[in-house]
Amino acid sequence: MSSSYLTPVLTGRTLLRANPVSKLFAAVVITVALMSSIDWVSATVVLGCELALMPLLGISVWGLLRRIWPLLIAAVLGAYGTALLAEKTGDVLLAVGPVVFTEGSVAAGIAVGLRALALALPGIFILLTTDPTDLADALAQKLHLPHRFVLGGLASLRLVGLLVEQWETLGLARHARGIGSDGSVVARTRNLLGQSFGLIVQAIRRATRLATAMEARGFGGGTRTWARSSTYSALDAVIAVVGLLVAAGALTAAVLAGTWNFILS
Amino acid sequence: MTPEGVPPRGAVHVSAHGWGWRHAGRRAFAARHLELEITPGERVLLLGASGAGKSTVLHGLAGVLGTQDEGEQEGELLLDGAHPASVRGRAGLVLQDPETQVVLARVGDEVAFAAENLSVPREEIWQRVGRALDDVGLALPLDHPTTALSGGQKQRLALASVLAMEPGLLLLDEPTANLDPDGVLEVRDAVVRVLERTGATLVVVEHRVAVWADVVDRVVVLDADGGILADGPPGTVLVQETTRTRLADAGVWIPGWRPPVGGTLPSPGSGPTLLSARELAVARTKRGPAAVEDLAIDIRAGEALGITGPNGAGKSTAALTLGGLLRPRAGTLLAQPSLAGTAGSTPHRWRSPQLVQRIGTVFQEPEHQFLTASVADELEFGPRRVSGTVDTARIAELAERLRLTHLLQANPFTLSGGEKRRLSVATMLATAPRLLILDEPTFGQDALTWAELVTLLRELVDDGVAVLSVTHDADFSDALGGATLHISGGAGRLVSR
Repeated sequence: MSSSYLTPVLTGRTLLRANPVSKLFAAVVITVALMSSIDWVSATVVLGCELALMPLLGISVWGLLRRIWPLLIAAVLGAYGTALLAEKTGDVLLAVGPVVFTEGSVAAGIAVGLRALALALPGIFILLTTDPTDLADALAQKLHLPHRFVLGGLASLRLVGLLVEQWETLGLARHARGIGSDGSVVARTRNLLGQSFGLIVQAIRRATRLATAMEARGFGGGTRTWARSSTYSALDAVIAVVGLLVAAGALTAAVLAGTWNFILS
Repeated sequence: MTPEGVPPRGAVHVSAHGWGWRHAGRRAFAARHLELEITPGERVLLLGASGAGKSTVLHGLAGVLGTQDEGEQEGELLLDGAHPASVRGRAGLVLQDPETQVVLARVGDEVAFAAENLSVPREEIWQRVGRALDDVGLALPLDHPTTALSGGQKQRLALASVLAMEPGLLLLDEPTANLDPDGVLEVRDAVVRVLERTGATLVVVEHRVAVWADVVDRVVVLDADGGILADGPPGTVLVQETTRTRLADAGVWIPGWRPPVGGTLPSPGSGPTLLSARELAVARTKRGPAAVEDLAIDIRAGEALGITGPNGAGKSTAALTLGGLLRPRAGTLLAQPSLAGTAGSTPHRWRSPQLVQRIGTVFQEPEHQFLTASVADELEFGPRRVSGTVDTARIAELAERLRLTHLLQANPFTLSGGEKRRLSVATMLATAPRLLILDEPTFGQDALTWAELVTLLRELVDDGVAVLSVTHDADFSDALGGATLHISGGAGRLVSR
């Protein structure tokens, strides 16, 4: 039962082999390109490229949808909200009382929805194809982030996985004491707060014990060596170039289509 | 007593001169007036009552007690003449709880971690990893996930990762207290193999002395008031009548002795049936696999039942389901009218206040069930949830019976391990449930708490309460009698006595 929370299910053999730094680089370049302009053309190009790269993930569209459906709903809601509230330009498409959709506002809504998805997918790609230990190795050895910070983060990531399990255990333990998730809204809220506090107490105790175990194994000194070497290969160059191409392609398409809309102008 | 010949190279010499440590924010010293010389290669079993400072001494030797902010030190504690924190890697510490020591996701990386921290060159790290895993007998691929290990395997992994530092002093803080009997032997035998190869000095703390008595060549007993109560070879310290009496009084488990318990051995239940399970399948999560299937059991008033089986077999899941906390995956779990009263026959549908009057479940970790800031509030909490009022006379009697009266104003989280256990049982008894379920109630408990618990449970059974305990502890099962539900390989088998 605990393994499902702790061991991320990784897919995509090719991307799994790549160095996390190259994946991060590609994701950052694409994100910067998307952030620089709110328009539907650049968002569509990026999203199209991302969907074309889907086979690299090694999971079906269904598998992906199962994992990211809350994101889809958020994107749709964002699009709807924007279409409802954005500046009403162009022909009126639908008007029911105060609810007015125009060509301009719907285009803005679609752009926001597509952009949200296009922004989220690189993160999903990295999460699904990156072993946290490899990520820590790369951050410390390639980007030279402080090892205490990186390894502390890695250890705490595993504890976060345990929190879900502990939350469930605490809920059962409290139910057994006579305080459960029933009663009035006030009672439920108080119970939720109490259980959250209990979780924090347990989390701190657990983290303290783990810190002692790490210290007892010599962690915390000034220097250390790395058992695993974080290396770059030709694959990483390809990933970086693909990232740059996707970003450049999106910006070029938007400028040519005349939808380029630089956020700082 | 060093083995024949010269002391092995690299084994650490330990010396303590008037050493003491007081944790910041505490008035009393956790350990004090310690005078101790341990020669290289010696194997020492460190004993003492709860609160005598055994763990503090081990943490001090491991150099993890911290700086002046974290406490006050007096005297000196030295490894080969140096301060423990200044010689990182000379001492390796394995802690009690297998679950809170794992740092990384893969077995090989976990063992490599300590060697990396000591700046060992990469090629040598992997040689050390292979040797350490060999030493502890973990024949697993290096990329094997650490979450997929049993408790005994996790403790051997913790031992291996300490060995990768090639320590001259091995420190074990109750390494087998949370393990099933097979796990205990796995870990003990791994330690013996390691010591034979490396010749390192050993200091081990453990309540259950029998596990280590044949392995060590010296037993040191700490006095709860500071200093040392007894010191000598196990054949002397554990055999002499004077020291045996003192150890027994301190709650130490000595070989060939079981603490005396009160009450009478419960006889098979003849009371009305409270709870019946038929073709019951239990699962921890709504969608995950079933842990045990096709369970059939009747629980009667006034009987003691045990649930046994290896770690991870699904004993706790079965107990939580029988306790009405988890929904059965399949089959039926029926509360008979004698238990259900007005509340309907399906325990998992009972609301919390209904549940606490009928079934009390004591979790393995007492802290999970503490809800308030004082022992008195803890005891009154259940009755208040049920009826809004508190029978103060009954609470006072309960506190008296479980020796909690002097602690009524204390914060539950600050109690000792034994006190926490007594309180967690008392809180459940406050609402007078007819069925009491306990998950590993004797894990890590000293002999005194153990005997109190057995006596209390015997009296409860005598009063007509049904007691169901998940336990690895054969002495505990013997002392309570009753049938046992043995769970392994996804199935349960009822063994009568």
